[in-house]
Amino acid sequence: MTAIEFDRVSRDFAAPDGRSYRALDDISFTVSAGAFVAIVGPSGCGKSTLLNIAAGLLAPSAGRVRVDGEALAGLNRRATYMFQQDALLPWKTVRDNVALGLTLGGVARPVAHARAAEWLGRVGLAGFGEHYPAQLSGGMRKRAAMAQHWIIDRGLMLMDEPFSALDVHTRVRMETELLALWEIRSAESLALQPSEIRSAESLALQPSGGRAQPSGGRAFQASQIRKTVIFVTHDLEEAIALADEVIVLSAGPSARVVARHAVTLDRPRDLMELRTSPAFIELYRALWGVLREEVARSQRTVEPPRG
Amino acid sequence: MAERRGAILAWRVCVGAVLLTLWQGLVWLKVLDPFFVSRPTDIARRVIDWTLSGSIWQHLATTLEESLLGLLIGSALGISLGFSLGRSPLLARVLDPYITMLNAVPRVVLAPLFLLWFGLGIWSKVALAVSLVFFVMFFNTYQGVRDADRVLVDNVRMLGATERQLVRHVLVPSALTWIFSSLQTSLGFAMVGAVVGEYLGATRGLGYVISQAEGTFDTTGVFAGMTVLAVVVVIVSAGVTRLERWLLRWKV
Repeated sequence: MTAIEFDRVSRDFAAPDGRSYRALDDISFTVSAGAFVAIVGPSGCGKSTLLNIAAGLLAPSAGRVRVDGEALAGLNRRATYMFQQDALLPWKTVRDNVALGLTLGGVARPVAHARAAEWLGRVGLAGFGEHYPAQLSGGMRKRAAMAQHWIIDRGLMLMDEPFSALDVHTRVRMETELLALWEIRSAESLALQPSEIRSAESLALQPSGGRAQPSGGRAFQASQIRKTVIFVTHDLEEAIALADEVIVLSAGPSARVVARHAVTLDRPRDLMELRTSPAFIELYRALWGVLREEVARSQRTVEPPRG
Repeated sequence: MAERRGAILAWRVCVGAVLLTLWQGLVWLKVLDPFFVSRPTDIARRVIDWTLSGSIWQHLATTLEESLLGLLIGSALGISLGFSLGRSPLLARVLDPYITMLNAVPRVVLAPLFLLWFGLGIWSKVALAVSLVFFVMFFNTYQGVRDADRVLVDNVRMLGATERQLVRHVLVPSALTWIFSSLQTSLGFAMVGAVVGEYLGATRGLGYVISQAEGTFDTTGVFAGMTVLAVVVVIVSAGVTRLERWLLRWKV
């Protein structure tokens, strides 16, 4: 089952001198439902542009994106998007930030707050609900952002170097927590028990958003498996450690897909141990061979504008 | 921290005391002529007289009323226009030269016109205060709406916000931080507008008191009027600082 498909997607930008600059060139690939795909590439290769297109924040100049088989027009309502930068609203408390996706959708405030409190506990921020984002550390803000996006539970999760600003230890912890949240889906321990479903209102709150949709059967299954994740990073180690598949983009301008590589490491993964295992190292070597060339190429060309 | 605050307060008092002593001393030594500069003790006595007789209160109340009305009306107009232009780049580009032109007009030049249009009562002073406050509020709101963080906007849209929710949860708060930080300036401008208006033609208000004193070469009265004005501004602005700190409490 395909969750998202890029069909010959290109994107041009106007350069400051008025000429057109091609960031992405003829990109085609599919991501199957429930897969964790990492996209790596040298900096400035258009990885963020690709995510913005998947999110519907940016329209492709040519080609199209299909989400669950339907052509994407406007914002992608089946995706959440975790940005590289802090995106919590600084004037709202952490709890209100986490509950935001629910309250925007019309969920009653007490219900949304109860759900937010649950999620804050799940990401280790219990007791910080009344704090403002500026009062939290960088790692804590990332946890809050993670809760903010997981709470609305959409099938597709776009992540743009979400942990790149963190120190190395916090980063591994956040990666571990991300995987835990993602893998736990199959165990269904996040789903509300039927007894917890009190009213029609809470239907929209169910962690498996697919079930709330009338279109039913297929979405039901997909969300019971796992969320689909597209995780952009410039760090190959992080990509291999987290993903089922690593996609390598070439150096920009006119970035293309230069390699796709399945990661067959067992799950659940122990990220602390994984990085020294022979299988991991072998994968890293194979992919680094491809990526290294692109990084070298990107350093030879003049730094292109970042997309 | 508390120690430091105490030390700063002590230094502040010192600076004031030294300046006043210098002033008083120079007059006493006949270096300065009290006809031109009065002397601190006389000014203090005058302020106390006014307070005890109660004659100053109606003037003070008038000035504050005009300032407050000017602040409210000017803010309302400035914020609405700032918001409209911030949301509509086309309108902003059309109106840009007119706003620049209007802002370049010295307000003192407008004061006699306002007197003509709105009479000697409070409304000509309110109009002058509005003309000053409006632009501060307008520019800050406009800037705040336009500078709303792109990532915050995108994030909230991805979380499912409608256009109206986007305005309410991101654009308004973003503009409010700019508006609140300009409250202090706006308040100062409102009072300047009111006092200058009174000075040029009124029957009440601190500006009127000062201009009356000037008309009779009563320098003590002029300085006493300025003193009352200064003290009021310090008190009000301390209140505004507190309000601002509470409103922007999320900014650690």
